[in-house]
Formats: sequence, C-alpha cells, structure tokens
Amino acid sequence: MKEHLDLLREMVRIRRFEERCAELYSSAQIRGFLHLYVGEEAVAAGVVSELDPQDAVVSTYRDHGHALARGVPMDAVMAEMFGKVTGCSRGRGGSMHLFDASHRFFGGNAIVGGGLPVAAGLALAHVMRGEPRVVACFFGEGAAAEGEFHEVLNLAALWRLPVLFCCENNMYAMGTAFAKEHAAGDLALRASSYGLAAWSVDGMDVLAVKESARRATESIRAGGGPCLLELRTYRFRAHSMYDPERYREKAEVTQWRHLDPIDRLVEVMRPEFTDDELGAIEAEVSVEIDHAVATAETADLEPVTDLTRFVTSEVSP
Amino acid sequence: MSAPKMTMAQAINTALRDAIAEDDSVVVFGEDVAQLGGVFRVTDGLHQEFGESRVFDTPLAESGIVGMAVGMAMNGMRPVVEMQFDAFAYPAFEQIVSHVAKLGNRTRGKVRLPIVIRIPYAGGIGGVEHHCDSSEAYYAHTPGLTVVAPATNADAYGLLRAAIAGSDPVVFLEPKKHYFAKEEVDVSVPVPPIGRAVVRRPGRDATLIAYGPSVPVALAAAEQAATEGRDLGVVDLRSIVPFDDETVCAEVRRTGRAVVVAEAPGFASVASEIAARVGERCFHHLEAPVRRVTGFDVPYPPPKLEHHFLPGVDRILDAVDTLQWEDEVA
Ligand SMILES: Cc1ncc(C[n+]2csc(CCOP(=O)(O)OP(=O)(O)O)c2C)c(N)n1
Ligand SMILES: [Mg+2]
Repeated sequence: MKEHLDLLREMVRIRRFEERCAELYSSAQIRGFLHLYVGEEAVAAGVVSELDPQDAVVSTYRDHGHALARGVPMDAVMAEMFGKVTGCSRGRGGSMHLFDASHRFFGGNAIVGGGLPVAAGLALAHVMRGEPRVVACFFGEGAAAEGEFHEVLNLAALWRLPVLFCCENNMYAMGTAFAKEHAAGDLALRASSYGLAAWSVDGMDVLAVKESARRATESIRAGGGPCLLELRTYRFRAHSMYDPERYREKAEVTQWRHLDPIDRLVEVMRPEFTDDELGAIEAEVSVEIDHAVATAETADLEPVTDLTRFVTSEVSP
Repeated sequence: MSAPKMTMAQAINTALRDAIAEDDSVVVFGEDVAQLGGVFRVTDGLHQEFGESRVFDTPLAESGIVGMAVGMAMNGMRPVVEMQFDAFAYPAFEQIVSHVAKLGNRTRGKVRLPIVIRIPYAGGIGGVEHHCDSSEAYYAHTPGLTVVAPATNADAYGLLRAAIAGSDPVVFLEPKKHYFAKEEVDVSVPVPPIGRAVVRRPGRDATLIAYGPSVPVALAAAEQAATEGRDLGVVDLRSIVPFDDETVCAEVRRTGRAVVVAEAPGFASVASEIAARVGERCFHHLEAPVRRVTGFDVPYPPPKLEHHFLPGVDRILDAVDTLQWEDEVA
C-alpha cells in the first residue's frame, strides 16, 4: 500500500503542477513554450520509482514530470518556469531545459531525439568509471523516426550500455499521428531488431509501468545490456500551448481520459483507500505548489549584467 | 485602389499556392505542414487544396527531408521543404552543407538543385533558444547556397516565387516575428530579383544596413533620428547571398557613415562581413569606421531577457552617435 500511495502522490503532484503551469502561462507569468505531461504521469512516476538516487535520467522538452519524479525540488522547477535566477538552471533553461545534476537529472532537451546520444554517453562513462548505474532515457515515439534513435540503439546494444530507453508512445508527434510517422507499427519489435530487449507496456497503468521498469533495470544491472520499453500512453492536452488540435477527434481524447492513470490507481486502492486520504494528498500537493509559485513570483530575474556569463567557464584571476 | 492586406504567413502561403498551381514539379513537404498547416499556419489549406501528392507531412527526420529533396531535385522536381524552427534545421546541416550546397560545383554544373529550404528564423516572439536563432551566417559561409531574408510581406511573396522558380538551392529565412503582421501586398507587382538590395529610406547623414527582422527596427531608428535632426537612410539587403555591393556601397559613399544592424551574435557574423566589405570598397568615402549593432555573443536568452539581446532603436542610435560627427569633434 505504501508503494501505491507513493506512486499516487507523485502522479497527483505532476498533474496539479502541470495544471497550475497552464494557468500561469495564460496569465503570462510563464512564457516561452510549454509542453504539458497531463495524462502521461504514470510513465515518469512508474519508471523513476525503480531508479536509485545515483541512476541518471535524461528527458525531453516535455520534462516537468520527469524532473519532479526524479526529486528535483518543485520550488526550483517552478522558478525555472518563471525564468527566475532561483530556478534549477538560473532561469536560463526554462520549461524545456530543466537540469539538475545534483539529482542526476541530465536535462530536458528541446531537440527531438537529442537526449538519446547523451544517455548513451552517460552510460558509457558509468561503465568506464566502474559505476554500476542505469541511465533512464525518455523520448517520444516521434523521436524514433530521427537518425539519432537508430544510431544510438545500435551503439548501446553493441556495447551493452546500461541504458533503459523509455519510449513514450503517446500516438502523436505534434500534429502527426503514429500511422503517418511509422511504417512498422511495433516499436518494441523494431528496437529488438537492434539487439536489445524490448517490450510494450500499458503506460496508463502505473503498476504495470513500475513492474516493467523493475524487470528491465534488474536485467540491465545484471549486465544484460540496454532495454527499451514502449510505454503506450496519451497526452490529454494539446502538444503545446499553441496547438489547435486539428489532428484528432474529441471523442478519442475522451476515450483515453477514461483510462486516466490517477483514477485507475485510486480504483485499485479502493476500498481501503478513502476519499479523505485522497483529499489529504491533494491538500499536501496544493500547499507544495502554492509555495513553489509564491517563491518563484518573488524571486529575481538573472541580472542583465550576467547576460554574457557562463557561456564558457569562468577563469578566476 | 489599395491592394489587399495580408500577413507574411499569408504572403508566403500565397506564393506556395501560386507556385504549386503553376508548376507540376513543385512539391511542399516537411513536419506538420499538411494536416496541421504548419506550426505557424504558413502552409494552411495547401494540403486540402492540392492533395497528398503535392503537399505532405513527413516523420521527424530533418536530415532525411533535405537529403530526399536533393534526390528529388536531381530527378526533375522542385522541392520546397520546411524546417519547423531555425535550430531544427541543424540535424539537416550535413545534407545542406555537404550536398545541397556542393553538388552543382562538384558536377561542374551538370546537376542543378532547385531546392528551397524554408526556415522560420530569428527572435522577437518571446521564444527561447533553438526557436529564435539567427542562423544565417552558417549558410552564408557555405559557397553554393543562396540565402534570402525578406523584410516585407511583398518581398516574402516575390522572393519566394523567385526562389522556387530559380535553378539553385535557396535557404529562405522567414523572420517569424513578421508572420502575423499585416501589410498591403499586390502580388501582381513584381519585386526586384534575388540579389538586389533596396533603399527603403533615403538619408543624407548615415546609412543603416539591415535585412530580415532588423529592417523595421532600422526604419524605426531612422524615424526617431529624424526627430532629433539626423537624416538616416536604410538599405534592406533582401538577400545576403548574393550580396548587392553596388546598392550598399552607393548609399554609403553618399553618406560616408554606416551602421550594420542584425540580430545574430556579432562575432564572425554576416554583419561583420558587411562591415568588412563596406570598409574595403568605400574606405575613402568613410568619415568613421563602420559600426555593427548585433546580438551579443551568447545563446538566445529567455523571453524576459530577450529585449536586452535584440538590437533596438536605442542601441542603433547610440552606435550612430559614435560615427565621429564633425560638430562633436572638440
Ligand atoms: C529536431 C527537431 N525537429 C522538430 C522539432 C519540433 N517538435 C517539437 S516536439 C515535436 C513532436 C515530437 O513528438 P514525440 O517525439 O512523439 O514527443 P511528444 O511531443 O509526443 O511527447 C516536434 C516535431 C524539434 N523540437 N526538434
Ligand atoms: Mg509523441
């Protein structure tokens, strides 16, 4: 039950955080681009729950959920969204480029597919330094059409790198549906053709995600080489805040909303789990988010005098 | 009688529509250009109007998109491809610089590649890095590429038509902050060809040289200077490659003073090239060294800091003030 509660709390945290971000975007407190993870929470919560603190995570531009699940403090994530100097990247990364090496969160990445080689490199360094770590690398099914996906899967399999590739198949790459992106429909089959273990998981079922991540990380830690999970999921909201969603039917979205990963877990936890307990989680999360927003609002922007700092390392005189 | 008003997105859309209608070999493809009509709606309606064989979506595969355009162009087509944002063209960089740019030369002219690579570029929209890059120098530095950057909606139409109709590859840089700004556009009035700069505003005292998104900023600076008693001219390059030395130098020789305005970081930039060319060609006419007002040598900053990065009226006028005016010599 404790395990269930932790997963539920994480998913609720991510969900409510994202909803608040949408509001803050509408009021122009958050600017730039904003890609929300609503609907896909089970993937981040389930996979990251199987990682050790020393394992590494590599993410995409849809990275808030991964960062929060990894333990990057919400205050630092929210401040980053606001572009404030207290953000995890001093406000310079923004929504798409959260980064916190101290939590071994090696970044969001605005370039589709851009994270895959980084993950393989982190893993190769782990191997070379004799550190028994796993690197979890999240990316969308759209990224599986990019060259980097193919280069890196081959490399990782060839050198048996300890990477857990987590393909978040939410059926759309921006406005392009899966069937218009991929001739071969089975991503797990495709991945296994590179010589690594791969299978598909119901990404709307956090317990199934967790169980698959457990099996995969166990195998990777035992020296079995990389694994790929195809996590079948769905984003409930638009691709980003500018998307008129012309490419899908409302009915399809509604259908997937019935598979809401939060509701499904709550159902599993009934009847022992009560509305009061759920209310308590919501209240706790809401306090955490209010605090993150309040501290982000009052924090400073990076001073203009720092505009040219950090481009290269600073040599102390 | 005035021409209809349209946004730059609509002007480009109209150019694509007219080109597709006129020439069966013209095809438009890229990520989300068909069903979605493009992130900026630039290709809106074209798929519906011309069908899947003329306007189609691709998977996420920038290198593949541009590389395929090479093969298609070798085989009688006129591909017009879209890179979704400036930085998303970088995965295709290898194709652009190694093949698109070089095949004509490599085959000693036996192969010509009528390819247009459309790239929404530059900032000013409250975007972030990767989405606001001014990447013109990479392309301009590569012999074999024509590099166009329209500043007006009429030019966006006319220059794109010329780019598609031409026989060489063109990197077509669309200032995305102009996409939704309306201007009168009469598509029946031809614009000067690619390679010709235009004097947008004559001036006696100094010449501002700009292209793409910096042209309206330069015009605003000239407007402001006029109220302060200084008469600044503005030259709009329209194309970076070919570079119109003649028009630029004629203006600078008249005024004896020049400031180049561009968003890209200044080091090793197109602005630097322009300053060097003008210096070499107009040396005896210059009253002061050519100044550059550019972005800083940093990655594009986030929305709340971008106004510090972008060349604005104040920075331009500050640069103009340093052009060694006689009345200021002590
Ligand atoms: C190299 C590159 N090309 C294009 C884009 C624009 N873009 C951003 S997200 C996206 C869709 C990616 O889809 P997917 O990988 O399935 O991830 P999802 O957004 O569904 O999570 C596109 C085309 C980009 N960021 N990088
Ligand atoms: Mg997707």
